[in-house]
Amino acid sequence: MSALQPSELDRPALARGRSAADTDQKSVSAALRRAEFGDRLRTLALAAPLLLLLALSFGIPIVLLLSRAVYDPTIANALPRTSQALGDWNGQGQPDDAAFTALAADLRDNQAKGTGYELAKALNARLPGARSQVLKTVRQLEGGGDKPPLEVMKSVPFWSAPGTWPAIANGTHSITSFYLLSALDLRWNADGSLERVPPEQAIFLQVFLRTFFVAAAVTLATLLLGFPLAYLISSVPKGLAAILIVAVLLPFWTSILVRTAAWTVLLQKFGLVNDLLLWLGFASERLDLMYSRIGLIIAMTHIQLPFTLLPIYSVMRTIAPSQMKAAYSLGAMPFTAFRRVYLPQVFPGVMAGCLLTFILCLGYYITPALIGGASDQLISNFIANYVNVELNWEMAAALSFILLVFTLALFGIFARILGLDRLKMV
Amino acid sequence: MKLARTSLIALAAATAFITIGRAALADELSIMASGGAWQDAQRKAWFEPFSKETGTKILEQEYLGDLGKVKAMVDTGNVPIDLVTVETATVLQGCDAGILERLDYSKIGPRDKFIEGSALDCGVGLDAYGDILAYDPTVLKEAPTSVLDLFDTKKFPGKRAMRKFPAQNLEWALMADGVAPADVYKVLATPEGVDRAFKKLDTIKKDIVWWDAGAQPAQLLASQEVVMTSAWNGRIQNAIDTDKKPFKIVWNNQILEYDMIAIPKGAKNPDAAYKYLAYISKPENNAKLASHITYGPVRTDAASFVAADALPKLPNAPDHLAGAYLVADTEFWGDYGEDLVKRFNAWLAQ
Repeated sequence: MSALQPSELDRPALARGRSAADTDQKSVSAALRRAEFGDRLRTLALAAPLLLLLALSFGIPIVLLLSRAVYDPTIANALPRTSQALGDWNGQGQPDDAAFTALAADLRDNQAKGTGYELAKALNARLPGARSQVLKTVRQLEGGGDKPPLEVMKSVPFWSAPGTWPAIANGTHSITSFYLLSALDLRWNADGSLERVPPEQAIFLQVFLRTFFVAAAVTLATLLLGFPLAYLISSVPKGLAAILIVAVLLPFWTSILVRTAAWTVLLQKFGLVNDLLLWLGFASERLDLMYSRIGLIIAMTHIQLPFTLLPIYSVMRTIAPSQMKAAYSLGAMPFTAFRRVYLPQVFPGVMAGCLLTFILCLGYYITPALIGGASDQLISNFIANYVNVELNWEMAAALSFILLVFTLALFGIFARILGLDRLKMV
Repeated sequence: MKLARTSLIALAAATAFITIGRAALADELSIMASGGAWQDAQRKAWFEPFSKETGTKILEQEYLGDLGKVKAMVDTGNVPIDLVTVETATVLQGCDAGILERLDYSKIGPRDKFIEGSALDCGVGLDAYGDILAYDPTVLKEAPTSVLDLFDTKKFPGKRAMRKFPAQNLEWALMADGVAPADVYKVLATPEGVDRAFKKLDTIKKDIVWWDAGAQPAQLLASQEVVMTSAWNGRIQNAIDTDKKPFKIVWNNQILEYDMIAIPKGAKNPDAAYKYLAYISKPENNAKLASHITYGPVRTDAASFVAADALPKLPNAPDHLAGAYLVADTEFWGDYGEDLVKRFNAWLAQ
């Protein structure tokens, strides 16, 4: 019997002591939490101006722009009478004459308010050809003399054509899936099911695929070029490594526009690359490198190389050479040692570099515009075209939204496979 | 009391500042044009003499001719330009969209003295130019005889450059497919006609390099990236005269168009803008541009003021109208432009 058996001596006391210790611990951790909370608040307060700036200059404008992809009140605002008249229409066949009369009144109203064009344009986006029909009908309504509006509307075959009224009825809902579906080459059928748009209008799926293909090709090319170079830089003496790093970074400090322009000089028919290929005998005649997919990938690879290389290099630098030596001394062949010891350790760096390059490539705009041909334009070029030339910001927002979703999905898959904490950036 | 006085003084100072600011503004005119040799020519023919005559300082800007830029200015209510040069189809689009101001011709000049189609509601003509074919005879041994040779890849193999825009290309495609110039717009107004034009363009699609900016055709010819190119005649003539390039222009089957200038809605200085429009629309001034770039005047009474050495190089010189030619149908492009641009862009991307 040992007197030092606490369990038998004084259980309640011990329990008391333990609970006291628990309370102590609790109060300590609570105090700690409070202190940490205070710290966090201070950090947050310090970062607040930045967060505010980000929210104001970045977050809110993006949300506002993207919301245009699903919110387009133009038609609903422009056709109040028509949307009311269409309230109890079942969507089959033609609505009753009241809807025609209401539309005629709405059209004249818009003309008087100066919003006729906006309406014609918004209708035209959904109903090809509507723009000229709206303007024509308005002209007839205004100058038609004593012809009653209903007769004018009935005399323009466009307004009685199948598909016209469902599109108008659809347009009177401010929240619309039209633009998002168009961005995926889809549309609502007359009977309410989804269908593909006719082939001469279907472009976006193709362009999205092209964008991902070019991004993947450039990522692979930068990896094939960047990996050995990163290995070389990490294994040479410090002085030489610094020179090599500067050599990699030097073009990185030049504007992307200048580098792209430089590539147009190199890649053109009578440019240096063609001269060199002919002189070396690799080509029997001058190649069309400008305005081609291959030229685009070459130029983008050059621009993206540092983004892939630097994360790989920063990881490689941390791997002690002694590890490989240890592997050799334990009998591993060089390839086995590389595969089992070296590669697993640089893998996070490789993935970080590839991810960075891939995502940046998805947004390329200047380089495809200058070096790519008409069939090498990426999705950003289309977004720019809708913003600048066609003035269809809804479509631009829808394409941006789809691109953002694709990119986030890819990022999510990637994070799932690798784990975000393993990503090593520079 | 003291506080009130201080704020009163501050207010007065601020008002004075604003007034000075506005006074300074009145002597400035901001013009956005599409750059290159054409803007250089406008500077010499119009900007500088106008500045000298009126004391108005002209601030120049450049852009690619995309209406989106102007729309963004008008939409946000911050319009830093008073005048913008635009294409005819863009004038119609911008007019309907309420982006461009409707012009008061009583402040500009007699509307009936302009060539038909060059004085529109929202834009007034600057000059007449030709969409022509240009080539380098040192590269191309056999000389093309018509713009339609763009479509003859058998006789003229190699890349050819064309403007990344449906206008002109669709017309030429139909003419190359056997449609008479007089019927081109009638055929193009039908869906079958549009299909036919795109089908013809399909036959040379893989041989086309597309250009956006007016300066590109001369560059593409000079770098021998292409063997022939469609172009605006003045840009090529400029490369021949100024840069001593050996290029040649083919006028047969050219398309005649007008350059326009317009006032964006909400421009800060419409009075100065109108003064400028009135100045350049005087026949003697309208004719001056031809001495700096080979674009013809749009005033019917300006021909006699054109410098003698410039006259034979203009697109509407009698020699250049001897073969077939087409006058671009502004109204057609106003009505169908948007849909055709859409179709064209989809066609390009495929």
